[in-house]
Amino acid sequence: MKKIKLSTLVLAVAAPLAAALVSIVISSLAVLASHKSPFDAYKTMWEFGTTSSSLMQMLNTATPYYIAAVAIAITFRAGLFNIGVEGQLRLGAIFGAYLGAKFILPPVLHIIAIMVIAMTIGGLWAAIAGYLKVKRGVSEVISTIMLNSLAGGLSSYLLANYFVDRTTNSNNMSTKTLPASGQFPDLMPLLNKIGVEDQPGGGVYGMLIFAVALGIVFWFVINRTRFGFELRASGSNPIAARFSGVNSKRMTFVAMALSGAVAGLAGLPAVLGDTHAFNMGFRTGIGFSAIAVALLGRNNPTGMAFSALLFGFLEVSSRSLELIDIAPETYVIMQGSILLSSVIAYEVVRRYKITLQSKELAKAVAA
Amino acid sequence: MKTKALKFLRYATMLVFVLTVIRQITGATDLTSVGTASAALLLSVPIVLAGLGGLFSERSGVVNIGLEGMMVMGAWAGGMIGTKHGPWIGLIAAIFFGGVGALVHAIATITFGVDHVVSGVAINIIAMGLVRYLSTLLYKSGSWLGPSQSPDVNSIPTNSLPILSGGQYFGWKSPDLLGSLAEKHWFFISDLAAILRGITGDLSYVTVIAMAMVPLSLFVLWKTAFGLRLRSAGEAPIAAESLGVNVYAMKYAGVLISGALAGLGGGFLAIVAANHYQENQVAGRGYIGLAALLFGNYRPGGILMGAGLFGFADALQLRDSASVHALILLIVVVLVGLVVRDVRKGKIVKAVLTLAFAGLSLWYFLAVDELPGQLVTMTPYIATLLIMSLASQRLRMPAADGIPYRRGGLR
Repeated sequence: MKKIKLSTLVLAVAAPLAAALVSIVISSLAVLASHKSPFDAYKTMWEFGTTSSSLMQMLNTATPYYIAAVAIAITFRAGLFNIGVEGQLRLGAIFGAYLGAKFILPPVLHIIAIMVIAMTIGGLWAAIAGYLKVKRGVSEVISTIMLNSLAGGLSSYLLANYFVDRTTNSNNMSTKTLPASGQFPDLMPLLNKIGVEDQPGGGVYGMLIFAVALGIVFWFVINRTRFGFELRASGSNPIAARFSGVNSKRMTFVAMALSGAVAGLAGLPAVLGDTHAFNMGFRTGIGFSAIAVALLGRNNPTGMAFSALLFGFLEVSSRSLELIDIAPETYVIMQGSILLSSVIAYEVVRRYKITLQSKELAKAVAA
Repeated sequence: MKTKALKFLRYATMLVFVLTVIRQITGATDLTSVGTASAALLLSVPIVLAGLGGLFSERSGVVNIGLEGMMVMGAWAGGMIGTKHGPWIGLIAAIFFGGVGALVHAIATITFGVDHVVSGVAINIIAMGLVRYLSTLLYKSGSWLGPSQSPDVNSIPTNSLPILSGGQYFGWKSPDLLGSLAEKHWFFISDLAAILRGITGDLSYVTVIAMAMVPLSLFVLWKTAFGLRLRSAGEAPIAAESLGVNVYAMKYAGVLISGALAGLGGGFLAIVAANHYQENQVAGRGYIGLAALLFGNYRPGGILMGAGLFGFADALQLRDSASVHALILLIVVVLVGLVVRDVRKGKIVKAVLTLAFAGLSLWYFLAVDELPGQLVTMTPYIATLLIMSLASQRLRMPAADGIPYRRGGLR
């Protein structure tokens, strides 16, 4: 028995390790292709990436990734694929920012109200895909992608024509700034207390705390509640789920809407914690990177946290590559190769495990 | 087969007639102009190629969401190689690069058994990152003017269908019958002539080659032994294997052909539809190609029809926003048609809902004079969603599509 346990441990480490190795080789080749030393590149990235200012930015990058990845993981667990997180978070953010600046509530309540708005909008937008899937049999992969493009056009239309704050004269179109009660406090004062010094341009989004809580809630709901069980059941075996009384069509719709609601929040860390408005500079691509984060983290709350941090680290630290004349875009190669090699490595290990188990079983039966 | 073609012709003529009536009412003359038809064809080609790419892959049992990424690779390679070595070599490079993307997808899904959608999405993310990285390198080395755009590619010559649409053949100038008919402004007849002139005149040779892929795919997949084997890998791989078909090889072939076609589609966008590569040039066309595949129920002819509709919507959007406004009236007409059908079937609640939606659309059509630009650009995506939701219920996908296959039934 002890031998099996050792091999499981080895196997658990083997996949990420192999993936990391392969991706380091590929990234090194990419750097070599521009006639530079990969070793210098990694050294520069590490030195720059581990300064406290970079680490703060890493957390700020990782927070929206993590929230969006949780949204995607919800659908993965239900056997669906919500590629529309990008659009859902964009609409959630613009409506949250615009409507949130229209009223004033006590501090905590105001933030909660904005979050509810963003969740509602994101959820409704994703529900379109859920409805089309359940009622019309339209693949959610295609409908959510189309909805992404629609959300992009719709948000710029709304911003330019209705939501823009005309009282300020700026080239950067923006919604009205949120009142102080609607701004999520920064974590910097807390960090000061534990001895972290202020950094120029520093600050850590308060929504980081929220993201951590979201991860815990996600774990609990998926693994410890009846709803989570039904969600997973309808995902892994819809026919069996139906026979045990799970309405898998309903679960499909609910999973899409819920995923969209969570996705609606992913645009808020920057809106509530930094810009305090939705403007033209709103970051694009969060929803797509989050797909990679969710895949890399195996839809597991802890795994996704690590992969979100890794992606954040790579993005922030690669900015330093400009200093030694390497394209900072190298990080995209790193992220991509990590993603693909880990997806393959997980599959290989999973299959090897099954072979190993069946061998053990055969031995046990023979003995 | 013959009745099918007749049915198609009847529907197409009906559509042109409805468009003519709408043009007459709204005055949106671009709805049935030569230019619109020609642009619609040009914009359909990449989608047809992507859709056919999806067809080969999915008929062999591999879902290919990675089409988008393969098109991106193709477009980039077309721009990169095309500027240096001319458009034809550029197109070959595009095919090759699309194939490289497909090879990665094939290795991941067929050899290693990774979930098809997961691998496809990974390839899309990687392809976009890779071309951005490589473009930056080219920009830094000074051969590109910007990190998101390649220099111009020489264009590929065009020609027209002889006798009907003009053109030059060995120094002989052909008459342009359809063209002159289109300028007569006869109700319906001129409209029909204009549309035919648009899709048969001033064609790039690549367009002709790409469109020839439609009957060619039909022939290869349904009339050859290779096609039968490839389809058997997507329908019943275990049975196929037991009859001596090399299922892995068939799947590899399907995915590689898929990537080559998607790469050509990307190269077409860069070299023929535009004259350079530009970042975000593909803009979801790989996915729209997949939508056309589903709309066309995994058949080449259906893909052509689906792609034609998307191409038409895209062409109107690019050329003239007044026509997109007129298109709302078309939606009203279609909705009213649906109401009549529902009433006949006795589905009153549904009919009332649809009627309400039709009324809303009509009100919007009358209330707004011109659609704002940001909304006009959304036309092809809305069209995709609408067409998918109206059509995708009678789907018959390959039985083993998307299921990782292991030789000997191992998992």
